[in-house]
Amino acid sequence: MCGIVGLFLKDRSLEPQLGALLSDMLVTMTDRGPDSAGIAIYGAPSRGKAKITIQSATPGADFARLEGALAELDLRVGLTVKSTHAVLEVEADKVDETRAALARLRPGVRIMGSGDSIEIYKETGLPKDVVARFDVRSMAGTHGIGHTRMATESAVTTLGAHPFSTGADQCLVHNGSLSNHNNLRRELVREGMTFETQNDTEVAAAYLSAKLAKGEDLGQALTSALDDLDGFFTFVVGTKSGFGVVRDPIACKPAVMAETDRYVAFGSEYRALVSLPGIEDARVWEPEPATVYFWDHEKAA
Amino acid sequence: MPVIDLAVTPLRDLNSALHAIPPGPNDIAFEVVNPRGSHSVAVGIDAPVAVDVKGSVGYYCAGMNDGGSVTVHGSAGPGVAENMMSGKVVIEGDASQYAGATGRGGLLVIKGNAASRCGISMKGIDIVVHGNIGHMSAFMGQSGHLVVLGDAGDALGDSLYEAKLFVRGTVKSLGSDCIEKEMRPEHLSKLAELLERAGVKGVRPEEFKRYGSARKLYNFNIDNADAY
Repeated sequence: MCGIVGLFLKDRSLEPQLGALLSDMLVTMTDRGPDSAGIAIYGAPSRGKAKITIQSATPGADFARLEGALAELDLRVGLTVKSTHAVLEVEADKVDETRAALARLRPGVRIMGSGDSIEIYKETGLPKDVVARFDVRSMAGTHGIGHTRMATESAVTTLGAHPFSTGADQCLVHNGSLSNHNNLRRELVREGMTFETQNDTEVAAAYLSAKLAKGEDLGQALTSALDDLDGFFTFVVGTKSGFGVVRDPIACKPAVMAETDRYVAFGSEYRALVSLPGIEDARVWEPEPATVYFWDHEKAA
Repeated sequence: MPVIDLAVTPLRDLNSALHAIPPGPNDIAFEVVNPRGSHSVAVGIDAPVAVDVKGSVGYYCAGMNDGGSVTVHGSAGPGVAENMMSGKVVIEGDASQYAGATGRGGLLVIKGNAASRCGISMKGIDIVVHGNIGHMSAFMGQSGHLVVLGDAGDALGDSLYEAKLFVRGTVKSLGSDCIEKEMRPEHLSKLAELLERAGVKGVRPEEFKRYGSARKLYNFNIDNADAY
């Protein structure tokens, strides 16, 4: 099973409500997967700054005096702690240096994702507990995706939770299971990608990141995925300004989409969409198999 | 007429009330409001009762229906009217995958489009889709009729037994052992009857093509091993 939700706002007046709308959608999908839950939110970027979302099993010890320790290395960061996660705001040109310093200073800290606008929060447990723990309801943003997991391919851990992020401002959630992920992982490792888990979805995320790094746009990368990924999948993907959906040709994993003048929404089931404003008059449809759908704030503008 | 508001009444109360109707003629009609995509709405009806659902439903709506008349004024999720025995189910909007799967009787009318696997393993049900159907529809269909006013997706009627398929638009591809067949007078009259019962107006049976089994696969023959 697994439950996926996604919301891409066209009407900027809805942006303050993004976290609340997405939280309600995700909690509705709880019975599709009780193992772990996660959410990625694309907020307003700050000029010249980037964000790194980190996670620790021992946040008290790992996050204490972290700003000072980084400052000693001449890395000035702003630290916002939310439960087991924290967001580091860093100079945009210091992301790699900060990540390297974190690996040395705090080996127990895991990077959830980084970029100009993405923040990722994910933990084991039910969606209602995960969104409360990270106060997702109060978050504003332009688009976001969420996932509640019924684990099949790898362990129930924080790192095995979705969304997976393998490139700046990129993330992916998945309902299904891939059958050629081990081979594909080996090929991607040869190309220089690194992996945190044995999870199949992380391979799909890294595959798309590798394609985007080669200059493909999200639509092209998703089209390539249809040729190269074997297995069952409904993917919802986020980039800094874009939002994409693709289903495998068999399309047995459910998907419903809705579009109005104000938003594009995705749900594993229609139930996830019923509380959205104006859903009664939305165009609601089931995405076609092996067909790429994507929306982009920059291309639309 | 009982009105059940699923925003306040548990789904099981609705379905229990439907199951408590005594057999025999009755004029009870139920209205269900605020379904909000709920699963298993009006499953297991076994009496001639009318149910009007005002909104869209989730998985398995009207499953196992035996004699009831269920109308969904919205769209339906996967498995609508799964294993219907008799009666009528009408979806005013679209239906998701495997609509009417394994149905043994009755009439399923989908006024919008149906997704993949519509009528999979049908065993006597009649299905009329006003729009298009997705891939692998009528897979292993054994008996009954699937009528499609629009187009059909890939692999229509794969491994078909004796279900009869009528498509007015294009067929993207036929599945293994499914072929176009001659439309004989008895097929035209059956099609006219089904269109009439499904409330289709202004469409003539002559506009359809008939598809059925080539009967090469359903008894195992070693010479056909490559076709499986």
